[in-house]
Amino acid sequence: MALSEKTREAFLGPLNKNNPVVVQILGICSALAVTVQLKPALVMGIAVTIIVALSNVVISALRNTIPNRIRIIVQLVVVAALVTLVSGILKAFAYDVSVALSVYIGLIITNCILMGRLEAYAMSNGPLDSLLDGLGNGFGYMWVLVVVAFVRELLGSGTLMGFRIIPESWYVANGGFYENCGMMVMPAMALILVGCVIWAHRSLNKEEVK
Amino acid sequence: MEHMLSLFVRSIFADNMIFATFLGMCSYLAVSKNVKTSLGLGVAVTFVLLITLPVNYLLQVHVLDPLDLGYLSFILFIAVIAAIVQIVEMFVEKFSPSLYASLGIFLPLIAVNCAIMGASLFMQQRILLDAADPKAITGIGDAVMYALGSGLGWLLAIVALAGIREKMEYNDVPKPLQGLGITFIVVGLMAMAFMCFSGLKI
Repeated sequence: MALSEKTREAFLGPLNKNNPVVVQILGICSALAVTVQLKPALVMGIAVTIIVALSNVVISALRNTIPNRIRIIVQLVVVAALVTLVSGILKAFAYDVSVALSVYIGLIITNCILMGRLEAYAMSNGPLDSLLDGLGNGFGYMWVLVVVAFVRELLGSGTLMGFRIIPESWYVANGGFYENCGMMVMPAMALILVGCVIWAHRSLNKEEVK
Repeated sequence: MEHMLSLFVRSIFADNMIFATFLGMCSYLAVSKNVKTSLGLGVAVTFVLLITLPVNYLLQVHVLDPLDLGYLSFILFIAVIAAIVQIVEMFVEKFSPSLYASLGIFLPLIAVNCAIMGASLFMQQRILLDAADPKAITGIGDAVMYALGSGLGWLLAIVALAGIREKMEYNDVPKPLQGLGITFIVVGLMAMAFMCFSGLKI
């Protein structure tokens, strides 16, 4: 299937040059809070991707019928309905992850990525482009979460997705030499790690200004 | 009374919205370039929290719980917040044009600030806690205190960051780190400092 330049850009742009988290600084709250472990971060990334993509499609399909003055409320209601569905599905099929994510699933409603994409893209583009734009932004958000969570879980608890990576016998408690970095589990380190991701990203993309 | 005071102080320092739960981060980073506007936003957030949180508390306890409609809470809370922000905006415009001018564009934006929604969702969790828990919200008074404390904590955090950023304008930061990169690291260091409050007992 041949995709036009604009359509390709809608999907690929947010992965790197236009990343919602490290370039546009949207959706930071949840990106920081759910990254202590890889599994909740991955689930959160998937949930946000699904919700952004679907709400983009719905709003884009409705864009010509929504009165301009009440559009924020309409957008919020569509997003809130989708979030309620996703939250219910998570509670039913992945209860432990849903507990780990606590209020942050509900907070997807006020995630700036959603409102930002709906306002900036879905209100003025067709459903197919909006779907790709939503998926691109969702994946862009997800990779940042996964990178941060990978570092935090590996260094903070020596596991990945709950599986032990650093052998038990290495730990000081078992006569070894290794100790987990307690700082990594603290909220403060999430901020510093995201700062470092932004730093690396900007060093690699020199042409970007501020 | 003692419980209320403890809840109030804890929500300013130990459970600070920004440093412990990262709520309202987007506007926190975007608007903290100078002290004056950040003070305006902080006041607006506190004000809106102080109205929406008790209203959502009453709805949760007297409407959603008895009717077993918990799954509607997301939609209800966000609708209440959006509606109240609208009403507050019209009210302030009518009765205090000077305050309206100083809050400016921040008021409508608050509807999608995660700090407001997040506080309501945390309140929903805290109702379920045991009454002896210092974090529990047991009545409307507790809800008001929690809202006030969270709002003031947010205000404190944004004004402090704005002060640091104003000074940092003159520092020689590595080029790729300038702007948001260094801001994140500064907030991280501030969060570390605030961790000292987590052992606070009253």
